[in-house]
Amino acid sequence: MSSPIITVENLSKRYVIGHKVASTDGLRHVLDGAIRNPVRWLTDKRRRAKEAREEFWALKDVSFAIEQGEVVGIIGRNGAGKSTLLKVLSRITEPTSGRIHGKGRIASLLEVGTGFHQELTGRENIFLNGAILGMTRAEIKSKFDEIVAFSEIERFIDTPVKRYSSGMYVRLAFAVAAHLEPEILVIDEVLAVGDAAFQRKCMGRMEEVARHGRTVLFVSHNMAAIGRLCSKGLVLQQGRLSHFGSTTSAIAFYHSTLQLNGNRLGEDAGHVLYSCEPSSVESQFAITRIELLDGQKRPAGAFHTMDPATFRIHYTAPRPVSRAAVSFSVSSVDGSRLLLLSTQPDGAMELNFSRGPGVVDLSFPEMPLAAGVFTIGAGLAIPNVEWLCWTPELCQLNVLPRDVYASGLAPSSSRCLLALTHNWELPIDSNTLKASRETTAR
Amino acid sequence: MNEFVIEAGRVGRQYWRDLWRYRELFYFLAWRDFLVRYKQTVVGVAWSLIRPLLTMLILTLVFGQIGKLPNAGVPYPLLVFCGILPWQFFSTALSESGNSLVSNGNLVSKVYFPRLIVPASSVLASFVDFLISAVFLALLMIWYRFPPPPNVVFLPLFVAFAFAASFGAGLWVASLMVKYRDFRFIVPFIVQFGLYISPVGFVSAVFPERWRLVYSLNPMVGVVDGFRWCLLGGDHTLYWPGLFLSVAVALLLIVGGIAHFRATERVLADVI
Repeated sequence: MSSPIITVENLSKRYVIGHKVASTDGLRHVLDGAIRNPVRWLTDKRRRAKEAREEFWALKDVSFAIEQGEVVGIIGRNGAGKSTLLKVLSRITEPTSGRIHGKGRIASLLEVGTGFHQELTGRENIFLNGAILGMTRAEIKSKFDEIVAFSEIERFIDTPVKRYSSGMYVRLAFAVAAHLEPEILVIDEVLAVGDAAFQRKCMGRMEEVARHGRTVLFVSHNMAAIGRLCSKGLVLQQGRLSHFGSTTSAIAFYHSTLQLNGNRLGEDAGHVLYSCEPSSVESQFAITRIELLDGQKRPAGAFHTMDPATFRIHYTAPRPVSRAAVSFSVSSVDGSRLLLLSTQPDGAMELNFSRGPGVVDLSFPEMPLAAGVFTIGAGLAIPNVEWLCWTPELCQLNVLPRDVYASGLAPSSSRCLLALTHNWELPIDSNTLKASRETTAR
Repeated sequence: MNEFVIEAGRVGRQYWRDLWRYRELFYFLAWRDFLVRYKQTVVGVAWSLIRPLLTMLILTLVFGQIGKLPNAGVPYPLLVFCGILPWQFFSTALSESGNSLVSNGNLVSKVYFPRLIVPASSVLASFVDFLISAVFLALLMIWYRFPPPPNVVFLPLFVAFAFAASFGAGLWVASLMVKYRDFRFIVPFIVQFGLYISPVGFVSAVFPERWRLVYSLNPMVGVVDGFRWCLLGGDHTLYWPGLFLSVAVALLLIVGGIAHFRATERVLADVI
């Protein structure tokens, strides 16, 4: 077995934060202090630095090793240190302590279109951006046609980028990045761009890169993308590495660490799956709260496979809308959607929003979800016209195991996601089968 | 396959090698700066001629016609333009490279490359303007039927000297600007003021002998004197102690500038 392509040992990165530092740091303050009382300024300087110092460890003792050809997804909540890790890896900022040892060329894509200049044409920007990302002139020249073809903007290649639509801009930028050929590629959330067709194309390109034995580190909040692309997952929590293993295990771990939004607001219990501050959604269409109720429409503390369930969806509208709809979805943790239901057109419920809050109930006689964690999405829409609001990952639903097949083995999402009422039987009665087998033997 | 190590304080070792590896980016950035500067202007690159030309006219009028300062046996416009040529280079290079880190902040916080490339390419872009003005100077000399003296072979040395002074000062400003945006206001002031305290509109010989050495603390004094000595010859003699002092100051600027820049660079992405 070859040695790892990247070894990270006890990597830490400290930031010093605090308002005091900022206020004493302006040139005027520095000069002012130094001129008025030079001696005191010098002695003070050290003391002041100590006082103002409020440390924040964006990364703390992170260690891991990555083999060549692995595609590693980096998962974590906002502020968990994902971006800092990428910045240190791509040498934009120095670590405070620790060490990274690696082999090969690292190219990092922390943003699509870094260094694009509005005034330059598409052609000029391809060369500029390529050089910024570490390609040589000859390399860019040889791939130029490929890049242009990939971006689908042949006709506008000699138009200044400032006249591009945002979609064209992003396509061109991604096209350049997609043709980088480093041994190690570091990518931050760049797939969240472009229309669906172009996103699929980007995903395809990334898969191709991964197949060619390149090592990829990939940060995303899109669990479906992580699940599809990555062979391994790395979970960061408050700057520490809390899990490193297969993608499925990492995603499941990540979801288990997520606190339900409702709980974070100090709501009483598990039956409130989601709730938001009313002030945060003022004068916009929004889902404000989702409650989980049992078969008798009482708050349900826990939920098991095949339990009857009612989801009570609260929403708010800033203006009246006639013939509107509420939608609800259930997805697996890797982002595949299992279910999408709406009052219209899936249901046949006439719903008009009046200004202000509203509420609907969505009931299931039995909810065929295997034990595990699922993602609930919800939104408001004008059916077949537009989304008024839509969040595919609004909150989590924890499904507890129940031995619904009476087999001694409760269906669990580590094996499959759904549990359905079903029946195994032989197509004809067993005597006939026996007879037919004897006939064949003879 | 080349190996790399990322460690606190370790970056320096690979720095100079990386600088060589990223040399193409250096040209690209300079090319971009130059290309962008005159985009969407009506007269375009002609601006790099109009500015020195107008400055020449005004300085000739003020110092030559009204002030009647000595012309050292050379047509006054020619005398002035020989000063404007390096001065304009210095002032554009200083302002552009001084601003370069901050204006390329998005680049600096998203991609790794040796940051020295950023101010260096700004200086290079300003050098293109310098070359255009130089062509104009040549035409001006033909117009006045003024052949350059043999000293002209030393001109490249003084061009290098101008480079050192501009790049050195630019590095200081660029790295200080990251933390203290005050320099955004200081630099235009230096540039404006410097035009009058440097011997652009007059010859430095007008200064009393005992102040010449102090005057030469301004590295542009050495540069401008050198340019006149190379291009005009005649009564222009080099004041050697002053020249050495100017060169020393420029070297100090560049060595100190690089050191300070490197120190800033380490925390750059966190501060900018």
